[in-house]
Amino acid sequence: MEQAQSAPMPRLLANPRWKAVAETVAIPVIALVTAAIVFSGFLLFLGKNPLQFFALVWQGGFGSAFSLQNTLQRAAPLILTGLAFAIPAIIGLTMIGAEGALVLGGFAAAALAVPLVAAGSPPMLMLVLTAGMAMCTGAALIMIVGWLRHGRQVNETIASLLLTYIAIATMNFFVEGLLRDPASANKPSTVPIGKDYMIGPIPGTEVHWGFAAGLVLAVLLWLLMSRTTFGFAARVTGGNPRAAQAQGLPVGMLILACSAISGACAGLAGFYEVTAIHGQANASLVAGFGFTGILVSFLARHNPLAIVIVAILFGAIEASGGLIQRRMDLPDATAAVLQGLIFVILLASETLQGRIALFQPASDKRA
Amino acid sequence: MSPDEILTVLIAMLGGAIRVSTPFMFVALGETITEKSGRINLGLEGNLVLGAMLAYAISYHTGQPWLGVLAAGGAGMFLGLLHGLICSLPRVNDIAVGIAMMSFGIGIAFFFGKPYIQPSAPRLEGLPLGTWSDNPALRQALEINPLFFVGIVVAIFLWWGLANTRTGLIVRMTGDSEASARALGVNPIRVRVLATVAGGFLAGVGGAFLSLSYPGSWNEGLSSGQGLMAVALVIFARWNPLRCIAAALLFGAAGAIGPALQSVGISQGYYFFNAAPYILTLFIMIASARSGAASQAAPGELSIVK
Amino acid sequence: MTVTRLSRRSLLKSGAAGLATAALPFGLSRPAMAQEALTLGVVYVGPRDDFGWNQAHAVAMEILKSVPNVTVIEEENVPETDACAKSMESMINLDGAKLVLGTSFGYFDPFMIDLATKYPDIQFRHAAPLWNKDKHPANLGGYFCYLNQAHYVDGVAAALSSASGKIGFVAAKPIPTVLSNINSVLLGARSVRPDATVQVIFTGEWSMPVREAEATNALVDAGCDVITCHVDGPKVVIETAEGRGVKTCGHNASQAPLAPKGFITGAEYKWETIYTMYADMLAKGEALPNVVVGGYHNDMVRNTPYGAGATPEAIAAADAAIEGLKAGKPIYVGPLKDNAGNVVIDKTYDNYDPFLDGMGYLLEGVIGSIT
Repeated sequence: MEQAQSAPMPRLLANPRWKAVAETVAIPVIALVTAAIVFSGFLLFLGKNPLQFFALVWQGGFGSAFSLQNTLQRAAPLILTGLAFAIPAIIGLTMIGAEGALVLGGFAAAALAVPLVAAGSPPMLMLVLTAGMAMCTGAALIMIVGWLRHGRQVNETIASLLLTYIAIATMNFFVEGLLRDPASANKPSTVPIGKDYMIGPIPGTEVHWGFAAGLVLAVLLWLLMSRTTFGFAARVTGGNPRAAQAQGLPVGMLILACSAISGACAGLAGFYEVTAIHGQANASLVAGFGFTGILVSFLARHNPLAIVIVAILFGAIEASGGLIQRRMDLPDATAAVLQGLIFVILLASETLQGRIALFQPASDKRA
Repeated sequence: MSPDEILTVLIAMLGGAIRVSTPFMFVALGETITEKSGRINLGLEGNLVLGAMLAYAISYHTGQPWLGVLAAGGAGMFLGLLHGLICSLPRVNDIAVGIAMMSFGIGIAFFFGKPYIQPSAPRLEGLPLGTWSDNPALRQALEINPLFFVGIVVAIFLWWGLANTRTGLIVRMTGDSEASARALGVNPIRVRVLATVAGGFLAGVGGAFLSLSYPGSWNEGLSSGQGLMAVALVIFARWNPLRCIAAALLFGAAGAIGPALQSVGISQGYYFFNAAPYILTLFIMIASARSGAASQAAPGELSIVK
Repeated sequence: MTVTRLSRRSLLKSGAAGLATAALPFGLSRPAMAQEALTLGVVYVGPRDDFGWNQAHAVAMEILKSVPNVTVIEEENVPETDACAKSMESMINLDGAKLVLGTSFGYFDPFMIDLATKYPDIQFRHAAPLWNKDKHPANLGGYFCYLNQAHYVDGVAAALSSASGKIGFVAAKPIPTVLSNINSVLLGARSVRPDATVQVIFTGEWSMPVREAEATNALVDAGCDVITCHVDGPKVVIETAEGRGVKTCGHNASQAPLAPKGFITGAEYKWETIYTMYADMLAKGEALPNVVVGGYHNDMVRNTPYGAGATPEAIAAADAAIEGLKAGKPIYVGPLKDNAGNVVIDKTYDNYDPFLDGMGYLLEGVIGSIT
């Protein structure tokens, strides 16, 4: 370490703050490279060319304006569902109900849109009201879980999973029954809100506004969780709920608030699926975004800003998956294998935190 | 409903309980072993799906379905070993790795499973235990796969073994307090890895039941989340192997309600009847939660209940 | 809508060979294209080998792959979200696809409509009769086989192969296409056996193997001795029914090998008729028609060769029914009541009448409810 200090890079690393940053970047990069090497071995075993594979991932994920926008569009719902998992995780709750909150939130938005559109409401008013409806519905669903957890000691993981299944059944019941648009013959759906009421793309791009909303929320929630008393109290509770209770923190209120934020994020994702993509609610809302968000959040270590980056990585793998199927004659599951491999190795790489001497403060003896 | 129709629904629920419960049972028992040692493996859905695929493939190639069951168990052990070892590294989160292993296992299963969607593989034969009855529905309900009984025997053995054997004691102690396990010279990491491997084996066998017995076919939609739900049922069953059996049976019976009610002409709101297992589980959980028994039964080292 | 229908009707009479010439005059932007290389993108909603809907398409697609200068690129397991739009767009932007076939119902609105508007030089065809000349872009179109005709034949054969006259039907969702298949099975069965019934169980999902097996068992327990279905992959239903010792009728593709003892016949799409026609036209550089639909008239559906479960009289009656359908004999002979007693079909309708495309009822004789 002493000798290395003369080189420019390690001099930069002499600052403990920069060392920490370098560590946060270097370890995932090491993990990604390892995953790439392991996956290359898998491809060679199958008689496929790994270089072609990674060239296609680049081309399909980032290589052109179209590819990049494809990636960002796919990342949009994952940012929101990633946040939906991260916020309760920070307070120590494993809530896997984002899928249900997304579906029910999207459905509620579509259901409220029907009379608003019929009454000729101005598009902006309709969008604001339905967005609020989606967020409140999602929040209510996850708050039930939070309340059951705090008030009645019902395990939140299983309760949120069960409520997800029930939420999907509820949506299907209404979409195929009371609220079905008679014109949606072979694909039961609510009445379409119509082009005039749908949210267009972000100007100059083809990416819908859900991506921007995800970015803004990620920054806001990062500020909330790392720079405010609320965030501090939540983190204390997550670290040790009994101590938090003993210190007089309002644990129940904190849990309810985090549940509400979680459900609102997922509900908002549902709102964008309805108002920017489908234009109506139907079974296509059940697309697994909520469950993918769990992994996004874990890989980002529940850091709202990192969630954005991880969600984009996910988006890229999904965006390039089709190209790989087409060009290399590999089955669609190839992307799933690669994803699984990346997750496992990235998560395992956490163990390197604080164990690479180069990145440790000179005085720190942890390594 | 007429008495006849009620009987039809009840027989269907009995049959459903027996037919549908077995994979839940195996995954839940496997997860119980793992969680008793203080680890949670949320990824058993991956073991289940990979086990189902491999069991079907091996049975197809060898003509020996029981060989397929063993292969499924082996695949489950492999994924369990991977999970166990990775989670033994410091600072690695077991829940997250479980979810990652789930998508890895499913990805591998789908990747290599494409050629086996179409062929018909030899299936596990059921034991015709209902021959005494002249009711064909009852006879069918009582045509029971041997794996169902294997599951019950495993559950009783686990229930007894966890409470009364030295191994069981070591597993429970590791799960309740790592410090006291170390104090007695037990290596908690080794215990947890082995417990995850054992759990993975059982989950793989559960997958073999799906592809080789009921519904008895391999395709990508085969599981529809049974593995994930079974992991949740462990918490519901409070880490008690016998309660796992009860929970699996209840879940299976509730799953038969939807189709059975439609078969006697009650089909309004079938979406909710089909969701009956989830609704019922939720209500039972809420009703039984506050007793405090749940938190007492939970292994102390388990991250999910800390 | 009428224009489309009329031209379609006239097409049907002239048969498959006449389809190309009588087609609506919208075509590929550059007529000589197929002499050059043409890349064709196909998107499937499930795995290509699901023993059902997707496989029926994928097998027929082999015909297009054999055309010189045509490259077929395929993607499977693409959900009905904007993922399907992005996949198609990726085929256009990155692989240079000039013709895109979307084979799942939910791809059409809004995704394929928007894409066709955005890429006017690219041709889009969708596997359902949804395209409307007045509402949708001219570079978009549809193709569809009326499978309910083959299910009508299933019903004829099933009723005469059954001891009890009770036919069980495992259905995914109560949508018109599915309801039409159920009702056609009933009408086929009643055409030869007036006391026949069809009992239906909806699983609520296109693919849910455990529930499909449960539904099959429940139907057999309720006394049905012939089982048929409309789910994405019928393998589980057929195998479960065979295991219970009852007879079966297939759906989508041939399931005969799955039920050596009880298989009667099955309803199969003949997408290859359409794809062969597309291939011929592409090879000649001709414009593709916007709409191609049909049934037994023009060789676009078929019944699986009879299995061991079919009785001699069932085979004779089913063969007669096929001849009748080829000659245009109507299935829906009115007036017909639904199973709540309301008259829902006031008069006799032609087998391709748009009135029938929107059915939201189960006819009298079907046991079950759609809500």
